[in-house]
Amino acid sequence: MTNIQGVVLAVAVVATMGASAQQRTAADGIAEYRKMLEDGNPAELSEAKGEALWKQKRGPKNASMEACDLGKGPGKVKGVFVELPRHFADTGKVQDLESRLLSCMSMLQGFDAAEIAKTPFGRGEQANIEGLVAWISAESRGLKFNLPQSHPEEKKMAELGKRAFFYRAGPYDFSCASCHGEAGKRIRLQDLPDLTQNPGDGIGFAAWPAYRVSSGDLWSMQRRLNDCYRQQRFPFPGYASDVTVALGTYMGVNAKGAVSIAPAIKR
Amino acid sequence: MADPMRIRAQVAGDKATVRVLMAHEMESGQRKDAAGKTIPAWHIQDVTAQHNGKTVMTAQWGPAVSKNPFLQFNVKGAKAGDKITVSWVDNKGDKRTDEATVS
Amino acid sequence: MPSRREMLSRSAQVATLLAAVGLFPQLAHAQAAPGFNAEAFAAKNMAEVMKALGGSAPVESKDISVTGPDIAENGAVVPIGASTTLPGVKRLLILVEKNPSVLAAMFNVTDAIDANISTRVKMGQSSNVFAMAMMNDGKVLFAQKEVKVTLGGCGG
Repeated sequence: MTNIQGVVLAVAVVATMGASAQQRTAADGIAEYRKMLEDGNPAELSEAKGEALWKQKRGPKNASMEACDLGKGPGKVKGVFVELPRHFADTGKVQDLESRLLSCMSMLQGFDAAEIAKTPFGRGEQANIEGLVAWISAESRGLKFNLPQSHPEEKKMAELGKRAFFYRAGPYDFSCASCHGEAGKRIRLQDLPDLTQNPGDGIGFAAWPAYRVSSGDLWSMQRRLNDCYRQQRFPFPGYASDVTVALGTYMGVNAKGAVSIAPAIKR
Repeated sequence: MADPMRIRAQVAGDKATVRVLMAHEMESGQRKDAAGKTIPAWHIQDVTAQHNGKTVMTAQWGPAVSKNPFLQFNVKGAKAGDKITVSWVDNKGDKRTDEATVS
Repeated sequence: MPSRREMLSRSAQVATLLAAVGLFPQLAHAQAAPGFNAEAFAAKNMAEVMKALGGSAPVESKDISVTGPDIAENGAVVPIGASTTLPGVKRLLILVEKNPSVLAAMFNVTDAIDANISTRVKMGQSSNVFAMAMMNDGKVLFAQKEVKVTLGGCGG
């Protein structure tokens, strides 16, 4: 091949690669950026706080959280996160991590759960819950989601969650499924995981709670759902309300087998 | 005293890699609150790192360093069991010192 | 690379302004740490930073490394590394050209550490990022990299 032919061939190859290479570069660039942030996740600061809070005597009853049953018996924290939401006999309800923490904080420590539920994210006791959520989820890092579905209430919540997921409402007639009902969707540069199935290890349900770089805070699943509702122009769901627990149950059951990377780091 | 830092120091050959996560708002002084008033700058200004009590690095930071700052550097000749101490002072005079053992 | 004429003109500017450095008033905001170079951190461009630090005109050098992502999904947290294997480094600086204050961080290097520091900075917009080494012999060397800042979508 002569020099000129070689150059023409090279130019043709580069030209055809050009368009797709651009798209790959942006996605690759984002992936590289995310990888760079994995080491030194500020969520670790929340984890340290949470561990201290679990052991600290607090509240009107001056008690620690060490007797709190998160699903595997009082005080057991390792492995509980990947089995939530689940049914609890003492409250007779299916509960996610945040609602269970509210139960324990009120039953054991004497805090007013309704007050905490009304407190804005990031303030007061809500900030403390974020720490607890960060640490408790970290104690299940690397484990696979395996929500129990043996109790009839657990099955009911999963079904309610599915209905809530597909329920279209609000001024834009959105549902969760509008963004998360199919594989391969994205908004601008953000890939949208398909939450009707297991989208993969450390993706979707398996990626929360997470330190959200854009707000510099740790976002629990409750906060993530709250913001989803905001983005759909829905009224805000109540903190730890039935619909949020139902959605968590539906997504968690779908994510069975996915490895949890929580607390993760997100844009 | 402000919230604790997380310091990890690990031996890598004849050095130790030190990674620090500090808890600080690092308010840039560029943002405005809901009423339109500028939120005053509040950020770490001085950072000091010591190895077994000897200062090995000092730094000055402006408000452009990210919230909950991350810092990584390598200390020559550090061995397992050595002490790494990191301190910071912010522009309001608040400070924090934490230490870690090289592992 | 700046032309020789530009560099000479810049050096001349720096020389005349160096004499005035001592007269610059400290800035009004709270300044608890003694020795904090408020003027350098308020500087709006590279020339002002160098003037505040008493540095000579910076020269681009292959011996300096600046590491960072090509695209930052969020400008609030951009991981940047500054390093060099050259001996005799006095200070390592990280600068973001288009930030309201250009100088982000300044590290005093001793013999006890590598001239290799990583941190995370805020970027207001896509910009050139500079790693700069102020050497013991007075030279100022730098490397630059363009970092695009983008806004992701709505969600995670």
